[in-house]
Amino acid sequence: MTLDLELIAMALPLLATGALVTIKLAAVGVGVGLPLGLGLALLRLAPNRLLAGLGDGYAGLFRGTPMLVQLFILYYGLAEVPVIRQTPALWWFFRDALFCAGLAVVLNTTAYTSEIFRTALRAIPQGQIEAALAVGMRPWTLLTRIRLPLAFRNALPVYASEAITVVKETSLASTITVLEITGQAKRLMSQTFGILEIFALASLFYLVINLACLGAFAVLERRQARGMRP
Amino acid sequence: MSTDLLTLLTDQGWALALAKGCALTIAAALGGTALGGVMGFPMAVLRWRAVPVLSQAVAVYSGLVRGVPGLLVIYLIFFGGVQAVETLLHLGGNSAILGFVMAVIAIGLISCAYSVEVFRAALQAIPRGQVEAALAVGMSDLVAFRRIIAPLALRHALGGLNNVWQMTVKDTSLVSVVGLQELMRVAAIAAGVTRSALVFYILAAALYLAITLISQALFLRAEKALNLSFGGRS
Repeated sequence: MTLDLELIAMALPLLATGALVTIKLAAVGVGVGLPLGLGLALLRLAPNRLLAGLGDGYAGLFRGTPMLVQLFILYYGLAEVPVIRQTPALWWFFRDALFCAGLAVVLNTTAYTSEIFRTALRAIPQGQIEAALAVGMRPWTLLTRIRLPLAFRNALPVYASEAITVVKETSLASTITVLEITGQAKRLMSQTFGILEIFALASLFYLVINLACLGAFAVLERRQARGMRP
Repeated sequence: MSTDLLTLLTDQGWALALAKGCALTIAAALGGTALGGVMGFPMAVLRWRAVPVLSQAVAVYSGLVRGVPGLLVIYLIFFGGVQAVETLLHLGGNSAILGFVMAVIAIGLISCAYSVEVFRAALQAIPRGQVEAALAVGMSDLVAFRRIIAPLALRHALGGLNNVWQMTVKDTSLVSVVGLQELMRVAAIAAGVTRSALVFYILAAALYLAITLISQALFLRAEKALNLSFGGRS
């Protein structure tokens, strides 16, 4: 197999524009999905049975079905609902494939993120919480000063791999016409004969994004661990 | 609304189509997971034993596939592999079987990359003492592997394999974009024909949920059964 330079020169700019879309979607997924997932984790641990049950139901639903179905429900399914078509703001949002893809990524990662933080919040030693209560902290102070920082530190390494999953899940946007990396790659694969080259190039883009992501989380982890070291 | 749904499902025959789609989804997921497990276990042993060259090759394969979206892998297999599989298996242009074989290969390749990591972790979790004890009583490497290492590793791996299975079931939906008539594809066709996308995609979601929940329950049972002989840590 000879390296087809012309093909690469043609594919690179297209894949690069695709990479921008991938990064945008992944940034929304992590930026919105992380706080929402944290909130959902707290909801699932709430003493109120109904609220906790609702949270568990949401997480079970989104973790038990493929994201492709979720995406198609949002993009093709909701477009049939009269209320959505007739409300200008809703219709402006749901007729846009990019918005729907972003929403699907956020809804999906929220479920998985809640699972990560639920485990981390439950792993906090009871003594630490009792100590905080004993010095007279209110529930809100306990949450912001003790539980969240501790849970965050525990969860960070696991969350890093969820962030990579988010990057990969954005590829589903290509099935509703959004041309991110995988969408561009598919178009190029069907137009040219350099299927392996296109795959290799597209993989390279993903690997660079993933490595950047892992690097960012490694820096965060080190900063988080600063207080732990003597 | 409910009578409409009934008409769609029974009179127009979509219930049967969805059931067939479910069967194909389960078959593709089983095939993919089996392929992934059968290839993944020896690969994990290569990694565990740190066999030079082969171990690195497995690491690159597993890292690459786990680092890129499943959809991209599926496009590679479908655009690049149809010709190869057709000449290899002499299917004589039987596109239904070809599609299924391609799907199982694509899903299996993805599933395998994750299985390798699960098996590797399971092998590493075996206490050194157990392996040494087996060798000390005079078992040969092969016997020790067959009687001690492999059973222990499989038991350790079951939880992780459950995760891989769940992921693989959901990954089968991706194959719909290249035409295999599994659950997602049937739902998409039904959505197009009947112009009731919402109904059919929600039905598909419910069916996927049923598949994952039922198989989850089966896995928990298997885990309990396997742990019985280990003092019943259930």
